[in-house]
Amino acid sequence: MSAVFDPLFRFYASSIGKKLLVALTGAVLVVFVLGHMIGNLLVFAGPDAINEYGHLLQTSLHGVGVWIARLGLLAAVVVHIIATIQLTRQNRAARGDAYAKHKFQVSSTSSRTMIWSGLTLLAFIIYHLLHFTIRAGNDYNGAAYKTDLHGETVHNVYKMVIDGFSWAPASIFYIIAMGLLYSHLSHGVSSLFQTLGFTTHRNAPMFKTFGHLYATLILVGNCSIPVAIWLFGYGR
Amino acid sequence: MSLLNLHLKVWRQNRGQSGHFQDIEAPEIPDHASFLEMMDIVNERLISAGQEPVAFDHDCREGICGACSMQINGVPHGPEKATTTCQLHMRKFRTGDTIWIEPFRASAFPVIKDLIVDRSGFDRIQQAGGFVTVRTGAAPDANAILIGKEVADAAMDAAECIGCGACVAACKNASAMLFVSAKAGQLNSLPQGKPEKDRRTLALVRQMDKEGFGNCTNQYECEAACPKGISVRWITKLNRDYAVAAMKEAFVGQQERAEGGE
Repeated sequence: MSAVFDPLFRFYASSIGKKLLVALTGAVLVVFVLGHMIGNLLVFAGPDAINEYGHLLQTSLHGVGVWIARLGLLAAVVVHIIATIQLTRQNRAARGDAYAKHKFQVSSTSSRTMIWSGLTLLAFIIYHLLHFTIRAGNDYNGAAYKTDLHGETVHNVYKMVIDGFSWAPASIFYIIAMGLLYSHLSHGVSSLFQTLGFTTHRNAPMFKTFGHLYATLILVGNCSIPVAIWLFGYGR
Repeated sequence: MSLLNLHLKVWRQNRGQSGHFQDIEAPEIPDHASFLEMMDIVNERLISAGQEPVAFDHDCREGICGACSMQINGVPHGPEKATTTCQLHMRKFRTGDTIWIEPFRASAFPVIKDLIVDRSGFDRIQQAGGFVTVRTGAAPDANAILIGKEVADAAMDAAECIGCGACVAACKNASAMLFVSAKAGQLNSLPQGKPEKDRRTLALVRQMDKEGFGNCTNQYECEAACPKGISVRWITKLNRDYAVAAMKEAFVGQQERAEGGE
């Protein structure tokens, strides 16, 4: 057994091994945020559409589906964070004495602040799960948030979202977090193609543009929900 | 020819001690002097004044040996693109300029004195896998192995690396990935390097990690600072070659032999 596990541990211990894991788990999360956004945009299709979507997620594979997804995402997040913290600590140690003057010629500020945008996003994710998934500190689990859909009593996701974003501080925090997600994705998406070894001279500009477009799409799509509800009174 | 009056802020440090910046006035520097010639003039004046000259690395002074270093105004080898410090000319500066001169800073490149750092970590990486094993004795026929033009050209691009360490100096993580990927890529691309490709890739990366260089975060400051313009696409190739080599090591192992004992 150790004939297989020793090389795998050595792979994780190496710099490129950890980076590959960061890229692979990053890819999972990149795909997830797009799916999550598309699902959420159903709020603009009316109460029945998003309530039915929520019910579908909760009941897929007899209720096991949502847990498979949650555990998979949790594993991806945990590996992504642990590996990047280890890498960042090594990077700090590798510089030792700082330069009095250090001019960056080509790198973006976003790319140099990945650890901070990432850790702030972790704080946001915890808040977001408490807010809409666990529904702690609010009454979104109560009877007022049940509704009738095709004769079945289901959770009223629509009302929860409208009420959630009617509170200004929540909307503002969500919008700030999406700004940081934009920053994180603007470097992360094109970067993962480099780490996974897919980038070539020819496709490098395409991956870079794709990364920025992807980040912009997620920013606009996700922010449209709190902006519509909080600023323009959609659904209120 | 015109003369420049410059203000230098030069890092002074002895091995194992903490360093500091020394303000040195450099009046009447000819603008056709190279940066290293300017340093020579400054040192002559320091010696005449009975002071300790500034220690700096240099050798060929024609941009091909990789000995000269120096972080000049925050950029390795100074502000000119694809130019080593020895090929940087003082006409690129204006009279009255303040120039900050620091050593390449990395934990893996400890300061020996002033601007000279110990880059022998690169030698140890090279020794770990930056070679091909060949029979010595009879010289092989030069063109016995056919190599495609594109492959030969690409390998030559990687072979341009002079191992100066500017990539490490420019990287915010002091990562040596551009250097290592150029050395790996040059040999991994060619038929002579193919037989040892996997073991070379693993050995180079392991020695790089052991030396205490940082990890690549795909920001490409190395490519921008490289005096030879080595492309970060070599890093892409190293990532790919390493993934393949590590997975083969874990799951495939050595080639099975037909006459095994069992």
